[in-house]
Amino acid sequence: MSLDQQPIVSRNPSPAAPPAPGADAVLVARDLSVWYGSTQALRGVSIAIPRNRITALIGPSGCGKSTLLRCFNRMNDLIPGFRMEGQLGFDGDPVAGPEVDPVTLRRRVGMVFQKPNPFPKTVYHNVAWGARINGYTGDLDELVERSLRRAALWDEVKDKLNRSGLDLSGGQQQRLCIARTLAVEPEVILMDEPCSALDPISTARVEDLMEDLKAEYTIVIVTHNMQQARRVSDMTACLMLDEARGNGHRPGVLAEFSPTDVLFTTPKDPRTEAYITGRIG
Amino acid sequence: MSRASDALYRPRRGLRRALGAGFAGLCLAATLSGVVVLVVLLGAVLVKALALPPNPPWFAVGEQLRELAAFLSRIASSTNSPNPELAGFKAGIIGSLWLLLLVALIAIPVGVGAGLYLEEYAPAGRLRRAIQTNIANLAGVPSIVYGILGLVVFSRAFGFQALALGKMLWAGALTLSLLVLPIVVIATQEALRAVPPSLRQAALALGATRWQVIRDHVLPSALPGILTGTILALSRAIGETAPLLMVGAANSILFPPSGPSDYYTALPVEIYNFATLPREEFRSVAAGGILILLGILLSMNAVAIFLRTPTGQRAASRAIAQLGRLGWSGRRAGRSRTGLASAVVVPGPGASGPDSEVAQPTDQGGAES
Ligand SMILES: Nc1ncnc2c1ncn2[C@@H]1O[C@H](COP(=O)(O)OP(=O)(O)O)[C@@H](O)[C@H]1O
Ligand SMILES: [Mg+2]
Repeated sequence: MSLDQQPIVSRNPSPAAPPAPGADAVLVARDLSVWYGSTQALRGVSIAIPRNRITALIGPSGCGKSTLLRCFNRMNDLIPGFRMEGQLGFDGDPVAGPEVDPVTLRRRVGMVFQKPNPFPKTVYHNVAWGARINGYTGDLDELVERSLRRAALWDEVKDKLNRSGLDLSGGQQQRLCIARTLAVEPEVILMDEPCSALDPISTARVEDLMEDLKAEYTIVIVTHNMQQARRVSDMTACLMLDEARGNGHRPGVLAEFSPTDVLFTTPKDPRTEAYITGRIG
Repeated sequence: MSRASDALYRPRRGLRRALGAGFAGLCLAATLSGVVVLVVLLGAVLVKALALPPNPPWFAVGEQLRELAAFLSRIASSTNSPNPELAGFKAGIIGSLWLLLLVALIAIPVGVGAGLYLEEYAPAGRLRRAIQTNIANLAGVPSIVYGILGLVVFSRAFGFQALALGKMLWAGALTLSLLVLPIVVIATQEALRAVPPSLRQAALALGATRWQVIRDHVLPSALPGILTGTILALSRAIGETAPLLMVGAANSILFPPSGPSDYYTALPVEIYNFATLPREEFRSVAAGGILILLGILLSMNAVAIFLRTPTGQRAASRAIAQLGRLGWSGRRAGRSRTGLASAVVVPGPGASGPDSEVAQPTDQGGAES
């Protein structure tokens, strides 16, 4: 079930919108369907997330953006009743299946959550903890400083390293969470509406930060903010609710996956067009 | 000021207000009845305790208190005696403290371990639900039933003489441990359930194993709750009488136990025995014993209440962090941080020590849209 043997055939993206040139796919989903208990959350999603790009996931509430994101680092495993079909790949290796260790995977595919959730520990320990439990043998102090610098937080907290992370402002907390993720040196950072709890200034900071991180990381960001998707992302995937099935529940499907400027200017899918012009959602 | 539709409303404001006030009054009466009963009880016990001569008038508060203190210290330092002037609870107090220690040593590790397993590891399913229901039911089983169980299992060991504990302190301690185990398990589970899911998610998303998440985040967060529940369970154990009567707490022990294999008695058992003696003077002795027992119970509960306050939670977490330093992660952090800490850290006012961890679970429930 190696994923790199066959070419990636995405059903939904139009042939005119391949991933940006020169970028190989890091995360791949092929014909992915997800259920929580008996309700289907995703149906037949195929997508290839390019390396060192920012990919935005947009779409109306409940269309499975968070679900898709959580598939890539197996956080869905924690949800009772979760079940998936289809294939998931990370760097050519399978993501799902009993033979894959989610602990190893999650170190390489980091995640930033919607609500800032720093540990109730000091700023220092917030950043150092992940590295330490992963057996980091280098200089922890140096790693903490470097991670906080990369998260554009160092200047604000360098005198407060021994304060509780919960004493920071909301925007600082979210950047602390980003620093914490960077400290374990992941290859991909999944962000689930990272700015939805932040004020505009903090939002702008996080957006600048993502731009800086792009050179070294692949970023997938879920956002409800169309302007944000346009501003920060290279590629945009628009998910939609499928037509109602027998029980009236509507699973999410991938409507369109294109370079961001294409998707927002000349959407191929009428549902995408309706969504980005504000007629759905 | 009036609309046509106003005619459709009959506000009856006076009645509604009166009903509200009446309900509040009933609730107040219910609260007061509890307080009144407690005050009357304490007052009656105090009066009984001071019934021995000499008997200062009730308004001489200082003298009364001095007499009470002298009386309590006398009965706390002398053992059982047929003479009420000499009788006291020393054997019972020391026996109860032994029981407390042993029950803590047995019930806390087993109970917390079981709670952790059920909450963090046990696969959800019918078996887990069955165990869960059983534990909840066990918490409600009358204590005398545990006494009978202890008699059969520990004191007599089903008839195997070699294993039977007879009337040793061990038998009482094991029986009381069984009795409070369900309480410890349930308290542990509730404390673990109160740990915000976002905290676990954050830790797991960094590539932590389940054990690392439990050790470094879940347990420190849940600790104040676990401690509170455990202390309440222990104070239940120290007040139990009936099961101890079944497993050999004797009424006429003259020497306090010096180890878990000795014969023993316990404070509430001695109180019970004194209270059933015919001579009026022994009632005073029993009342004094009740005061001592209440003092122990109330101070244990005070600790439990303190641990629920933010200050108490911080204190508990800090204590645990200190303990944790004995472990690998703490030592390592202490060593490697020194360079940075001395170079750049200027602790502001109110900044706590480098290892202090503020374990106040903030609610960041993991619900996502
Ligand atoms: N933990 C869960 N348990 C059950 N159903 C869930 C859970 N999380 C999400 N769902 C369902 O899956 C669908 C997609 O949810 P989600 O991925 O959170 O959507 P989005 O992030 O796009 O708003 C919704 O119908 C939602 O009700
Ligand atoms: Mg979501």
